[in-house]
Amino acid sequence: MKELIKKVVEAYGPAGNEAKIREVITEEVSPYVDEIKVDALGNLIAVKRGGEKKIMFAAHMDEIGVMVTHIDKHGFLRFYPVGGLSPLTLIGNRVIFENGTVGVISNEKLEAQKDLTLNKLFIDIGADTKEQALEKVNIGDVAAINREYVDLGKRLISKAMDDRIACVILIEALKKVTKPAYDIYAVFTTQEEVGLRGARVAAYGISPDLGIAIDVTRTGDTPESATMDVSLGKGPTVKIRDSSLLCTPSVRRYMEDVAKANGIEYQLEVLEAGGTDAGAIQLTKGGIPAGVMSVPCRYIHTASEMIDYNDVVNGVKLITAIMETEFTGALSHYITT
Amino acid sequence: MKRGGTDLDTKEFLKQIVEGTGVSGYETPVAALISKTFAEVADEVRTDVLGNVIACKKGEGHGKDPIRIMVASHMDEIGLMVTKIDERGFLKFTQIGGIDQRTLVSQEVRVHGKKDLLGIIGMKPPHLLSPDERNSAIKMQDMVIDLGLPLEEVKSLVSVGDMVTINRNFIQLAGDFAAAKAMDDRAAVAVMYECLKELAKLRHCADFYAVSTTQEEVGSRGAMVSTYHVEPHIGIAIDVCHGEMPGVPEQDTAPMGKGPNLAFGANIHPKVYERLVDVAKENNISYTIDPVPAGTGTDAWAMQVTRAGIPTGLISIPLRYMHTSVETLSLADVKASGKLLALFIASIDSKFVEGLLCY
Amino acid sequence: MLLKKLSEAFGPSGLEGEVRNILTEELAPFVNEWTRDALGNLIAVKPGTRGPKVMLAAHMDECGLMISSIDRSGLLCFRKVGGLDDRVLVSKYVVIGPKKIPGVIGAKAIHLQRPEERTQVIPLNGLYIDIGAKSKEDAERLIKLGDYAVFGTEFGHLSDTVVKGKAFDDRSGCAVLAEVLKEQYSMPIYGAFTVQEEIGLRGAGVAAYAIEPDLAIVLEGTTCSDLPGSLEHGFCTGMGEGPAITAMDASVITDKRLVNELLRLAKENNIPVQFKRSITGGSDAGRINQTKAGVPVVVISVPCRYIHSPVSMLSLVDFENTIKLVKLFLESIDKGGFAL
Repeated sequence: MKELIKKVVEAYGPAGNEAKIREVITEEVSPYVDEIKVDALGNLIAVKRGGEKKIMFAAHMDEIGVMVTHIDKHGFLRFYPVGGLSPLTLIGNRVIFENGTVGVISNEKLEAQKDLTLNKLFIDIGADTKEQALEKVNIGDVAAINREYVDLGKRLISKAMDDRIACVILIEALKKVTKPAYDIYAVFTTQEEVGLRGARVAAYGISPDLGIAIDVTRTGDTPESATMDVSLGKGPTVKIRDSSLLCTPSVRRYMEDVAKANGIEYQLEVLEAGGTDAGAIQLTKGGIPAGVMSVPCRYIHTASEMIDYNDVVNGVKLITAIMETEFTGALSHYITT
Repeated sequence: MKRGGTDLDTKEFLKQIVEGTGVSGYETPVAALISKTFAEVADEVRTDVLGNVIACKKGEGHGKDPIRIMVASHMDEIGLMVTKIDERGFLKFTQIGGIDQRTLVSQEVRVHGKKDLLGIIGMKPPHLLSPDERNSAIKMQDMVIDLGLPLEEVKSLVSVGDMVTINRNFIQLAGDFAAAKAMDDRAAVAVMYECLKELAKLRHCADFYAVSTTQEEVGSRGAMVSTYHVEPHIGIAIDVCHGEMPGVPEQDTAPMGKGPNLAFGANIHPKVYERLVDVAKENNISYTIDPVPAGTGTDAWAMQVTRAGIPTGLISIPLRYMHTSVETLSLADVKASGKLLALFIASIDSKFVEGLLCY
Repeated sequence: MLLKKLSEAFGPSGLEGEVRNILTEELAPFVNEWTRDALGNLIAVKPGTRGPKVMLAAHMDECGLMISSIDRSGLLCFRKVGGLDDRVLVSKYVVIGPKKIPGVIGAKAIHLQRPEERTQVIPLNGLYIDIGAKSKEDAERLIKLGDYAVFGTEFGHLSDTVVKGKAFDDRSGCAVLAEVLKEQYSMPIYGAFTVQEEIGLRGAGVAAYAIEPDLAIVLEGTTCSDLPGSLEHGFCTGMGEGPAITAMDASVITDKRLVNELLRLAKENNIPVQFKRSITGGSDAGRINQTKAGVPVVVISVPCRYIHSPVSMLSLVDFENTIKLVKLFLESIDKGGFAL
């Protein structure tokens, strides 16, 4: 699985520009599913039939990036973030455009460090003039963070673990599932980083009976970290809430039951800030029961996001088990009391 | 349809539900109380996927597509959630909904673990504080809940993700003023109850959907999905607005005890507002008005843009000290709002509904 | 001139009636079918015979003020409708209510101010509208609580090609849409004049929900800040540089296929075109893009200096080029030259 992880995390695909990663994933899942389609926002929907009810999994294939908004006469590029980026994590870092052009991000002079904002940064692609720059990039082009994957053995580091590691889990589960208890809609969503946009329209189009997003979550196991009772290596999490949703209690219990029944170690997750595709799915039409499984991840939205390989292995086990275990909680819109 | 037995007094019902537990996302306990009571006065009560309690009282309208009037009152309250159990058994926590951290200090709380446990969010006594410490507000991330129990017992009864509510009973004040937690917005649920009882004495052709919504405090989530499902012709939200008090500009508050407050502006359909005002005038129900240039900050904002758009209205109950555990209102305002709502529903016919799309 | 009529019309978010009336009158010879919805959106329906269902949208509402209380002195307190910078309000002329009662937003005379006051922004609660009333009762004879006010700016020419007026965001977009609706195409066209964009992109989503378009084009009057004191990369757009195409704004990432087709048509037909180069601020496109199972969208804007203030400015050359570009795009779809 490590080879697949490397291929998937290193692929290019910032929000709104997911064509390349979509190709990679399509190639991986096609042999294992009954149908593949792409919708109006570029979501990749892989369908594997097997039961009466529809379950939708969402793993977002977009990553954060930067969009060129201006090219000055000396060939320097100004940009705007695509997704949540902190200027602190960008300085001295490299970005890469779809055509392979690499640039370095640096900053204007500052009176004080607190004056550092994104609009004081620029990208240098090594051009001396506007014309030279225009040979390689244009306004509206988007670059992703440029950093390679590293295997530390137990731990893996890369850009875009958020949320490509979830895409890998979903791909692997589709390969491993033998007795699906549902019609499985494995959606590799777009534009999650700019507002859960892909998942919102995909969920409307599919109208699933149950939705489960797979994402990454913060940990509380680094020096002087903010309170968070999640650590690397203690298993994937069953989410209780984040800022985009309060997971449907019956779905959370179901996920915990499946984990326990299959001997899979897991953690409970309360995330104070941050949202996931499940937030969009839950509020679709008349409401959809929704939950999330997260992979604990340190240093989210930096060039070096770190996860634990075992957590991923267990994540695959849990998602596969969920695919094979029917949810018996309330799915219908009305329950008469 | 279950009928029979005497109807519960509205004040008694309000007391029961504000003392009940129902933090956003976990409204089941208070939802059960509401379902049970509404079942006595409505034709049908159901619960949807997000936990919204939908009580329907059918009207006399004929035809395949009866007029549907949906009223939304949110039953969720703001609260806290356990984020970590520390090495000594103290609980770290975060908020669900907008809590002023200054109102948490020296409060008794109820931690809803495997069973309900009493706890205290305490603070250092004055004797041990430096002058600087005494002048700054304590941040939520520095507070803990003290259950007074040993670590092992805490770990066996409490888990990360458990809900916490403020321990506060309903307090009867002078006259008809009362204070409690969760008056925002369970007072509105009481308005709907009062309305259901009043409607039994009136004739109405529209079907009335009294929806106790969930998760309003975290973004009107319950209202979004329940409105989609009910697909009403008219949507009325009932919420609370700021009651007058010193130190707050008069234009930002409504007087207490002078009846419901009716909002108008972009979030409100002009004809729905006019009808509410006319009905109030015709029936000598005193009311106040509030011009709102943009969002009203209530379920009405979500209802208005559901599906292909819904004509909306808003009735607010003036309330002091919003989002504290001593929210204070006038019970007469609650009753008057319920009466106004019932008379409004009784006044709606298909001609009115057709006119709502004539701009 | 339609742009003049639209600019001078009274239409703050929530009360767009006058703009609706001007548009239905202007388009009467060209549009047979109109729909209106619960929020007041006005949709021109031009049924077609084949091809994708195209939705065009421009918002009718402008930023304004709402009277929130009447002081016993007869002065009026107000709240803002939409994103107005507090600093543009002082010392301006407004018209209030259905009778368009004239008023001024005054401030303490400089003689009465302490030196340090002069460098501070006058807080909103320090501003009043004066309609010349002598008392609260006197004021209530002319206006009432909750009446809306808009700036009383007249439309005018600064030169043959440059005009000024209020509400170019987005009456210029409405004017572009109106011109486009005078043409006939083979595909079904829904021209949505939306409401309440300025207070939260409210009208467009419900309009799109009902229409269910295959693709959408949003027409805006957008930020143009090519002024001294702005850094070049903060201009957003330049006046005179042609219609501006949005690659991304706070609410949407536009569809590349639509953007590329617009760029191609502009190049082929020698129409100057630019990218909107700042990303802050959302548009109706975001709501439409996220409606139901998703709609590919693009935004084309007329660059306008000083939007969200009492007086803005645009180039009629940009305006005409925007109309041209949109028409070329629709022709391309009509002829089958472009499809999704």
